[in-house]
Amino acid sequence: MPTTLAEIDFSKPLPSEQGDRVIQFREALREAMTEEMRKDDRVFLMGEEVAYYNGAYKVSQGMLDEFGPQRIIDAPISENGFAGLAVGAAMYGLRPIIEFMSWSFSLVAADQLLNNVPKMLYMSGGQWGCPVVFRGNNGAGGQLGSTHSWTVEAMYANVPGLKIAIPSNPYDAKGLLKTAIVDDDPVFFLESERMLSDKAHVPQEEYFIPFGKAALRRGTWSGERNSDVTLVSFGRPVNFCVEAADELEKDGIVCDVLDMRTVRPLDIDSIIQSIKRTNKIVVVDQCWPFASVASEVITQVCEKAFDYLDHQPVRVNTDDVPTPYAKNLEAEYLPHKGKIMRAVKSVVSKG
Amino acid sequence: MDQGANVRRMPYTAWNAFVEIFMAIRTAYTANIEHISILDENGVLDEKLAKTASGEPLLTPEQVLFLYERMVECRQLDEVAFKLQRSGRLFTYPQNKGQEACALGSGFAMRKGQDWLVPCYRENAALFLHGMPMGHVLLFWAGDERGSIIPEGVKITPIAIPIGTQMLHAAGIAWAQKVRKNDSVVITYFGDGATSEGDFHEAMNFATVFNVPAIFFCQNNQWAISVPREQQMNSETVAQKGLAYGAQCVQVDGNDIFAVYKATLEARERARQGGGVTLIEAITYRLGDHTTADDARRYRSADEVESWKNKDPMIRTRKYLEARGLWDEAKQKSAEERAEAMIKKIADDALNFAPPTTDEMFNYLYAEIPEELRRQRDTLRTNSLSMNPEQARLSESRR
Ligand SMILES: Cc1ncc(C[n+]2csc(CCOP(=O)(O)OP(=O)(O)O)c2C)c(N)n1
Ligand SMILES: [Mg+2]
Repeated sequence: MPTTLAEIDFSKPLPSEQGDRVIQFREALREAMTEEMRKDDRVFLMGEEVAYYNGAYKVSQGMLDEFGPQRIIDAPISENGFAGLAVGAAMYGLRPIIEFMSWSFSLVAADQLLNNVPKMLYMSGGQWGCPVVFRGNNGAGGQLGSTHSWTVEAMYANVPGLKIAIPSNPYDAKGLLKTAIVDDDPVFFLESERMLSDKAHVPQEEYFIPFGKAALRRGTWSGERNSDVTLVSFGRPVNFCVEAADELEKDGIVCDVLDMRTVRPLDIDSIIQSIKRTNKIVVVDQCWPFASVASEVITQVCEKAFDYLDHQPVRVNTDDVPTPYAKNLEAEYLPHKGKIMRAVKSVVSKG
Repeated sequence: MDQGANVRRMPYTAWNAFVEIFMAIRTAYTANIEHISILDENGVLDEKLAKTASGEPLLTPEQVLFLYERMVECRQLDEVAFKLQRSGRLFTYPQNKGQEACALGSGFAMRKGQDWLVPCYRENAALFLHGMPMGHVLLFWAGDERGSIIPEGVKITPIAIPIGTQMLHAAGIAWAQKVRKNDSVVITYFGDGATSEGDFHEAMNFATVFNVPAIFFCQNNQWAISVPREQQMNSETVAQKGLAYGAQCVQVDGNDIFAVYKATLEARERARQGGGVTLIEAITYRLGDHTTADDARRYRSADEVESWKNKDPMIRTRKYLEARGLWDEAKQKSAEERAEAMIKKIADDALNFAPPTTDEMFNYLYAEIPEELRRQRDTLRTNSLSMNPEQARLSESRR
């Protein structure tokens, strides 16, 4: 029996993130899809190289064997084609999962993704939803050149009607993807080639992670340790924030690190709750600075918590240039621990 | 070749039925797609076909010798690049092995410095013929933007990574040639898989509607990574896709340098005379992996690869030369050695190039660098504060 979103009791605490069932990020994604596909025969996976090749990045390894070619489908190289086909299949009542080899290649499907997918429900007066999950690698994969290294969240988050999830670790990858699949709205699910081999404990028991609820990776909600600054991030850079926070703690600087998990919906309440204690915010975002999710977070913070700020908000983005191809430049261009530490240090003025 | 040449009726079934029943007239669209094959697998030349329209030899043995030597170089480049990738000096590299006759035959038919080449990524030998330095191509695959810098006077566009996009650029370049009344023809390269992208269809439509001097050259190497041609498309040939757009459609044995040259030469002349667009489907085979990141043994049989090895363009071109006393084992050995030494030297020079400076990622973004970007370039740029020098100073002093 398929799970529906309404049935999930999100008030129940999530299972522990500690344990020894250690699997890769890609396996966590596979488990999420496999579990939902076993329950719901309307769900299918389509994309380039997903079936016979087991996925360009081995996310769908073994899924063709289990589900067969009717449900694990190798598509011709037509991103616009299979994005649009998914819309139609969803209108008919199926629940497609579409894998883009890279979100960079989703750009050739822009009209379907931005002009059709998010507006289907709206334009049909609530008649036809578009419960499709579009997923794939996002962000600089490591020297793939500017056309192949897109970080799409800033651009896509601008469009109403979409949900955007960006997990930072295997545990979240599974829990968020399961929620994405049962969600009745279109979800853009952004993974990272650089994290697919990351390993962590993923519990055996079934769990769904709610959208729009950030996770606190460092610091405490109770405020028993008084944090000096709120670090906000999502996706891969969360891990750099955690590294930076651990390093800074040695110097006596304590950070709240908030992992947003989804940027649409955006859990601004948690950000503000943290700022009320720290009075300082640094947002780390691997998109370009102009009109980025970081810009949005800071705008909302200024609108909603202006009086709590002791220092102007600071953003750590990539440089405002296309992703460089050369190794040394790409490394410099992306947010990393050093940049985050520098930003935190410059907003924390110890009296 | 196995993918039959004569193209079949396009079944407009409903319409046909209507016409048949009510008017007793049957209209059906029939068309023939020319299939050209001149030099067979054994190196035997069809002398009748190996002539130009005016009866001259299509390619002289000396020209074939020249092209064969380029083939040797290209094959060696694949070898050297493969090793460089395995030792971590190249990032990834798509081998051309088995497809050299496509690039050389077509490239040789285009006029260097006058006609345009709009490539994807698997036609190295054509780029070299037209003046692209080999070192640039290696630098590109080593992960350096400067590998895409095209030398002055060379009419080649950069390697295109998003599949299919370059075909529309080719249509645009060709259209511009036409309105400027230049005597240039544009050839664009792409794979069988790329014909599934909308860009292919839109480019074909534009090019034919505007009747521009363009050649669409498909290297049908039977595979798009792990997806075989039969799963990529339901049409039996790539060539027939051009019929819908009213292009001239030709299918050639892509491992036959004579056939490829002839088809391209005729297409070029037709284009120059305002005869429009040609779609050339070159039937070939990717003997290597998709790129160095792939292992093709996982999805295709050894038998299949083996059967195509016999059709290798190098084997038959070499046989042709040997039969004319122009080539032998000793020559082969020394050509390979020469090529290897040359390529290693080029690779050493290219890959020991100093890494780009951070300035370079800012310098070519706008015709004139905007103040905001200049500030980013010239400051530490690590966060939004440091981009504002005044603020940066302020927060420094507060610490
Ligand atoms: C828009 C886009 N989608 C997907 C890819 C990933 N990709 C790179 S090469 C390739 C296969 C191309 O096959 P084909 O056109 O037959 O060319 P071949 O590599 O066989 O020469 C794919 C799917 C891409 N580069 N761009
Ligand atoms: Mg191909």
